[in-house]
Amino acid sequence: MSVVLEAKHINKYFKKPVSFHVLKDINFQIKKGEFASIMGKSGCGKSTLLYILSTMDTDYEGQLYLNNQLITGQERTHLSYLRNKHIGFVFQFHYLLSEFSVIENVMLPAKKLGEKSYPEIEHDAIEKLKMLNIEHLSKKRASQVSGGEKQRIAIARALINNPSVIMGDEPTGNLDSYNAQNIFNIFKQLSDEKGLSLLVVTHDEDFANKTDRIIQMGDGKILV
Amino acid sequence: MTNWNVILSIAKTHLLTKIKQTSVAALGVTFGIGSYITLVCFMTGLNTMLDDLILNQTPHIHVYNEIEPSKNQPVSLYDDFNESFNVVHSIKPKLSQLKIHNALPIIDYLERNENVRGALPQVQTQIFYIAGSIEIGGNLIGINPIDEAKLFNIEDYIVKGSAEALQTTDNGILLGIGVAEKMSLKVGDRVQISPINGDIFPLKIVGFYQSGVADLDAIQSFTNIKTVQRILGEAKNYITDINVKLYDIEEAVSLAKTIEQQFKLKAVDIKTANAQFDTGTTIRNLITYAVSITLLIVAGFGIYNILNMLIYEKMNDIAILKATGFSGKDVQLIFMSQAMIIGFVGGVLGLVLGFGLTSLIGTIPFKTEALPTVETYPVNRDPLFFIIGFLFAIFSTFLAGYLPSKKAKKIDPIKIIRGQ
Ligand SMILES: Nc1ncnc2c1ncn2[C@@H]1O[C@H](COP(=O)(O)OP(=O)(O)O)[C@@H](O)[C@H]1O
Ligand SMILES: [Mg+2]
Repeated sequence: MSVVLEAKHINKYFKKPVSFHVLKDINFQIKKGEFASIMGKSGCGKSTLLYILSTMDTDYEGQLYLNNQLITGQERTHLSYLRNKHIGFVFQFHYLLSEFSVIENVMLPAKKLGEKSYPEIEHDAIEKLKMLNIEHLSKKRASQVSGGEKQRIAIARALINNPSVIMGDEPTGNLDSYNAQNIFNIFKQLSDEKGLSLLVVTHDEDFANKTDRIIQMGDGKILV
Repeated sequence: MTNWNVILSIAKTHLLTKIKQTSVAALGVTFGIGSYITLVCFMTGLNTMLDDLILNQTPHIHVYNEIEPSKNQPVSLYDDFNESFNVVHSIKPKLSQLKIHNALPIIDYLERNENVRGALPQVQTQIFYIAGSIEIGGNLIGINPIDEAKLFNIEDYIVKGSAEALQTTDNGILLGIGVAEKMSLKVGDRVQISPINGDIFPLKIVGFYQSGVADLDAIQSFTNIKTVQRILGEAKNYITDINVKLYDIEEAVSLAKTIEQQFKLKAVDIKTANAQFDTGTTIRNLITYAVSITLLIVAGFGIYNILNMLIYEKMNDIAILKATGFSGKDVQLIFMSQAMIIGFVGGVLGLVLGFGLTSLIGTIPFKTEALPTVETYPVNRDPLFFIIGFLFAIFSTFLAGYLPSKKAKKIDPIKIIRGQ
């Protein structure tokens, strides 16, 4: 099976306030269609790793491959393009543009990519919203929907460009158990039915146990 | 690979959801540009009017014969006193004619010069206006009225009658308004004038002249050159003054020098004659520009402030946009377009405001003795001012938007996402 994401000897240091070796020789792969979770104590470097994997953080040592292409050291605008096309990101907090409507939020990354016409993009966006059972919200303002709904909208946005991999940094961390369960089921369904690759940081043991693979982190290292 | 549609639609949404701040920023530009245009149009209108007051009726070069003492007294011609120290008491001016020798050929010569728009002869003389037993001293100037109107705008100062009437009326006179008032004369009346040592001539009043300078209007009148020559009993080539108008006023100084040297005449250029005048114009322009630029800078700071605030409020949006694949440049363009939209809308409204205000000023009555032909406040609505105003709006909003948008470009999304 092909490898979607590969990290080789990733090291990262924070220089301020004191020099701090936060990630220590991280090596792992995510294969196509794999649903992996990352677990570990708070402060062990999970978010830091995810920011590097998502190409937003470029200040690290080691190599990062996306679809077997080296992306370490690429130009910032190219990284933006890769992030736009190949990586969907879901945060713990519901990061939506609050002044835009739900459907506009979902369409934005596709409009930026510019590979499809606006009617096609709109059609895709409605498809994604339908799949997540929130089609009825499409015309609402993003600031006017509930937390669980916001997170589903964020997932729809992450899916809009059919990315190679979806990353989530504690995407259910801020939701009640009912909504958390719901979001997890959506991820599981995406993995099983659409063959999507997922990498999700979580504190939820039950959640993690249902994924294909658990990556245990501790003190900046991968333990298992 | 800039996707302007997306960038502009994001910019538009930002602006529309913050419509109050946006309007305040745009209005800042509007008032800046509007008052710039109003000020400049009004001030240059006034300047031009004041310039015209002096320049239009003033020849660029005035050529005449000055009565002055001989530079070389006879004693210096005598070789025997060459080495000695000569003292000559009570030097008298040389007896010379007021008449310009060979005036007509000189005029022909001047008119052939490519810098010269026209050279007009005049005959100036002192006369008395006679009303019963009273004699009022004055000047009579013989002119070619139509030419004079063409080159020196004499029509602007004719309050009754016309240059044409003077041209076509034999023994007509264009009477100074002050003289007319003193002697209670109407157009159509006859006035008797007499040269210093001559007969009395009745002349028919064809109109009144008002320069705006009361002292001048109380003594000065105009008539045809022929008429003056007849009054003085002089021939057709008796010319006392030549007034030259140039295409480019800057040539005046050098041409005046040439004329003095070539013809041994006195030639005074307008720059020398009205030196203080230029200074006034320069200072008025300086004030106008200083005030306008201050207004625009204040408007620019308004935009800078509001954009800075906007970017501060939109940190989350910036982080999301960057996380979902918008580049730093895209984000910068989003905020730059907001600045430019504010500048464009504010600028266009500023042009409208400027147009409206200048139209309004242009209708306010403005009556002054000094300017008989001016009815309303003068505004000089040069399209150039509108173009400059608009470009300045665009330029200043560009500057005001540049720094904040640069900041937005540099914002690290991770910092904001972590900070939540
Ligand atoms: N910008 C930073 N500068 C210095 N230290 C940081 C910075 N960001 C995070 N850290 C530290 O790095 C460690 C890892 O943080 P993080 O990756 O957020 O942990 P996790 O997501 O696993 O809870 C923590 O000890 C945190 O305090
Ligand atoms: Mg974390």
